[in-house]
Amino acid sequence: MTENIESKDAPASEGERELVLPGDVLAEGKFKAGSGTYFENGKIYAAQLGIKSVRANFINVVPLAGQYIPKVGDQVIAIIIDMGPSNWLTEINSPYPAPLHITEVPWRVDFGDTARYLKVGDVILARILMVDEVKHVQVSMKDRSLRKLQGGLLMEIPHSKVPRVIGRNGSMIQMIKEFTGCRIIVGQNGRIWIDGTTDSVTVAVRAIKKIDEEAQCLGLTERLKEFLETEMKDKKV
Amino acid sequence: MGGITTDIKLIDEKGLRLDGRRPDELRPLKIEAGVLRRADGSAYVEWGENKVLAAVYGPRECHPRHRQNPARAIVQCNYNMASFSVSDRKRPGPDRRSQEISKIISEALEHVVFTHLFPRTSIDVYIEVLQANAGTRCAGLTAASVALADAGVPMKDLIASCAAGKVADTIILDLRKEEDNFGQADVPLGIVPRTGEIVLLQMDGDLTVEEFNTALTMATDACYRIYETQKDALRQKYCVSKDDIAGDIEEAAENIEESKKENELEQQDDVPDDQEGGQ
Repeated sequence: MTENIESKDAPASEGERELVLPGDVLAEGKFKAGSGTYFENGKIYAAQLGIKSVRANFINVVPLAGQYIPKVGDQVIAIIIDMGPSNWLTEINSPYPAPLHITEVPWRVDFGDTARYLKVGDVILARILMVDEVKHVQVSMKDRSLRKLQGGLLMEIPHSKVPRVIGRNGSMIQMIKEFTGCRIIVGQNGRIWIDGTTDSVTVAVRAIKKIDEEAQCLGLTERLKEFLETEMKDKKV
Repeated sequence: MGGITTDIKLIDEKGLRLDGRRPDELRPLKIEAGVLRRADGSAYVEWGENKVLAAVYGPRECHPRHRQNPARAIVQCNYNMASFSVSDRKRPGPDRRSQEISKIISEALEHVVFTHLFPRTSIDVYIEVLQANAGTRCAGLTAASVALADAGVPMKDLIASCAAGKVADTIILDLRKEEDNFGQADVPLGIVPRTGEIVLLQMDGDLTVEEFNTALTMATDACYRIYETQKDALRQKYCVSKDDIAGDIEEAAENIEESKKENELEQQDDVPDDQEGGQ
């Protein structure tokens, strides 16, 4: 931990992982500045606290903290916070509210008839349709997989830990699903919807909290598997 | 400044100060990152007898709306001294001094934060001085920049801050309360260590150009030492070793697409919810 993380001389070889802080020199020369970095006077610096990664000549910093900033195409779990005659306003766990227009839902909604379909407090699975340069966001439900989420349980984790919950090729979330038999949907904005029997949902929630707490630890997959095995042993799903 | 006299011997025959420090010595500094659970980022600084807590919220939706900037985020800082932070009870609430400090700290922070990434939002920084012993604005700024990094806010660099001053005709570093009260000058400084840019500089009292330059060099050197402590505090919180699996965070990020497919599969298992509300 006390190792010198500045790699002033040679850029770290691919595959090497290191914690970087804002202002740390990442590389110079042939590399390009990716996300979470900035370029100044021929050098690339970290702009965010995170893990350095090198991919196809791009230097990136994978953040370990921070707010969710919507990106087009992200699947998110949104909460309806307001209604208008032709749109709903949703909250997507980001600094920006995201309107959902009546033309972007799978139903034919008459003007002023929005309350019949979605009410304040309803939870929906949505997709980021548009983000413009001043971060005006729009969400859409026009996709086969997008819908209103009924029943179940909603939990929140920091959005930077979403990739850990999903795991490589979705292995982590798949494991939780298999062991608990729950239906789980993970939104890119850090919201997770879980549905199943009370016991199994409890276990799934605890498993995800465990991932959240131990996101940076080694051998998490194994320990989580153990955890799920012991927890689900005496519960029949 | 300079007007108040005292019979306290601020610097003794050996050239040592009240607390036994040499003129260019800092008080002991301890920084801890991520101390508040409900804040997006936080830091706690103990600097000599100063105790300062900083919390960062955001970027978040900016209220009132008229303060939003359509092109960038605004950095709002609130410096507050607890009524029990000084020996004579401080009257609570914002006063001229705390408004000034809030303003200069938010302007210093605004200089390093990449505000253009978060248009129309505000990044709120709250600095609470729990115990004060001179140099709280430096301690506050030092804590605030660690808290910002802890909150994952993109920024050019951390800001390190330290004061220098003149006491008993000697230029000294990091004044304590008695030295500040009965000294001749106080120069708080905040720098961006990577570039050496000055983001905060004030002077209370009078110094000659030479004295000022000495004070500035002394404070700048100290800022680099403080910078290392700040970085250590952050590394301590996010202790990630090289062969850590944090690596596959990023590989997993690549597989977000997969997760979307996952969810679609999930969807197929579901009994499709018949949309209520009628067609």
